[in-house]
Amino acid sequence: MEYKPIRKVVSGNYAAAYAVKHARVEVVAAYPITPQTSIIEKIAEFLANGEVENLEYVPVESEHSAMAACIGASAAGARVFTATSAQGLALMHEMLHWASGARLPVVMVDVNRAMAPPWSVWDDQTDSLAQRDTGWMQFYAENNQEVYDGVLMAFKVAETVNLPAMVVESAFILSHTYDVVEMIPQELVDEFLPPRKPLYTLTDFDNPIAVGALGTPADYYEFRYKIQKAMEKAKEVIRDVGKEFGEKFGRDYSQMIELYRTEDADFVFMGMGSLMGTVKQAVDVLREEGYKVGAAKVRWFRPFPKEELYELAKNVEGIAVLDRNYSFGMEGILFTEAKGALYNTKAKPLMKNYIVGLGGRDFTVSDVRKIAENMKAIIEKGELDVEVDWYHLKR
Amino acid sequence: MNTLFGERKEGAVKIVLTSVDEYPEAPISLGTTLTNFTGDWRTFIPVVDDSKCVKCYICWKFCPEPAIYIREDGYVGIDYDYCKGCGICANECPTKAITMEKEEK
Ligand code: SF4
Ligand code: SF4
Repeated sequence: MEYKPIRKVVSGNYAAAYAVKHARVEVVAAYPITPQTSIIEKIAEFLANGEVENLEYVPVESEHSAMAACIGASAAGARVFTATSAQGLALMHEMLHWASGARLPVVMVDVNRAMAPPWSVWDDQTDSLAQRDTGWMQFYAENNQEVYDGVLMAFKVAETVNLPAMVVESAFILSHTYDVVEMIPQELVDEFLPPRKPLYTLTDFDNPIAVGALGTPADYYEFRYKIQKAMEKAKEVIRDVGKEFGEKFGRDYSQMIELYRTEDADFVFMGMGSLMGTVKQAVDVLREEGYKVGAAKVRWFRPFPKEELYELAKNVEGIAVLDRNYSFGMEGILFTEAKGALYNTKAKPLMKNYIVGLGGRDFTVSDVRKIAENMKAIIEKGELDVEVDWYHLKR
Repeated sequence: MNTLFGERKEGAVKIVLTSVDEYPEAPISLGTTLTNFTGDWRTFIPVVDDSKCVKCYICWKFCPEPAIYIREDGYVGIDYDYCKGCGICANECPTKAITMEKEEK
């Protein structure tokens, strides 16, 4: 069948809901939380209108229960989805370990929202990044199209390596903003994403198993190692699936770090999610103004693409790491990861951390220009002024 | 193992995995505790002195695992594949027939 995309004008949240529909998800368990709510409302609407078949929708009383229900359904062999935000994701935290530890490919969308207090419903990546060590893969979407594509790819990758995956989009900037999204006809999605083949299933009554049984010190360690091996394998799978997606549907995701005009760049801006759309636009503007700059958008934060980062770092003099998140007592989270990944390599670009956009603070092209001026100055001088710059702070 | 209460199932053989490649991909155990012996993490081991035992079976009732079985001669035996060394049996035994001794490993 020839690929003719179906163009729809949808919000990021609706893009996620359509992807769930097209992925033929069998169980959705979710609890509403702003700004995620319209994802699960839309899925409920599909169900009410008879637009989806074989979908079990489980309304639960909390996010902890939502993830628990997803884990049970996934262990039974179903394709499973949920969505959440901020405090809701934090409430799931304990259960996130159960999903990855039991090697269940649950997929969820987290709508990045700032953690309270002060109470906030706006964009900030600290909620998802705080789940860094739960064994979940994390994909950061730049726009609504990447939300849709990301969910479909996440299922394929997750079910290949048997690890759960999170697709992350930003509060309101994507979740509630409408844009054209090219959707894939159902038959082609079915080809790309065949039914799940579970590693094990609780409903195979001839071969009973115990899930989540005791692992004594004699055995626990090996299972941790297996998760790490699966994460390493996930990198290959991600690149392959991303390439296949590009060949079939015209949008290539084979790079775990998307490079934009970096070939001859003196320095690059690195970051994740929707703010990188602004950055790419700014790169075009800055290039006109004579700056040799590029953008490096980290698509997959877990597994972390060390190799791509190293290739990039070898060829630039500076990296401005833009973090819409913060690890208190340290620095921006991506900054720590990026510096750490390069420590034992020969690549030593100047790296500076700009904390931007926390709690939905606007981040614009002119902000990127100011950062570019600053980066240019420190590269000329050959040393940093400060390592971590609270860029928007009212001084 | 012949026991009066609760025959230990045939095929209860501990699988000792010595290389990471032998492990299943996911931490599931086939046949539940049949192959997953849970008694290898104790420090102290209960030892029963039959000459002091009055066959009251209080230890059998209290053992949380349960690792205590009743032998055909009526005395109690301990299944060390599942005993976690908690010492509850020794604590509850009215005649102090059970003592907890440091296990040699
Ligand atoms: S030490 Fe604890 S587990 Fe072992 S036999 Fe006694 S009561 Fe049972
Ligand atoms: S509690 Fe003591 S006396 Fe009673 S059966 Fe057990 S070992 Fe024997």
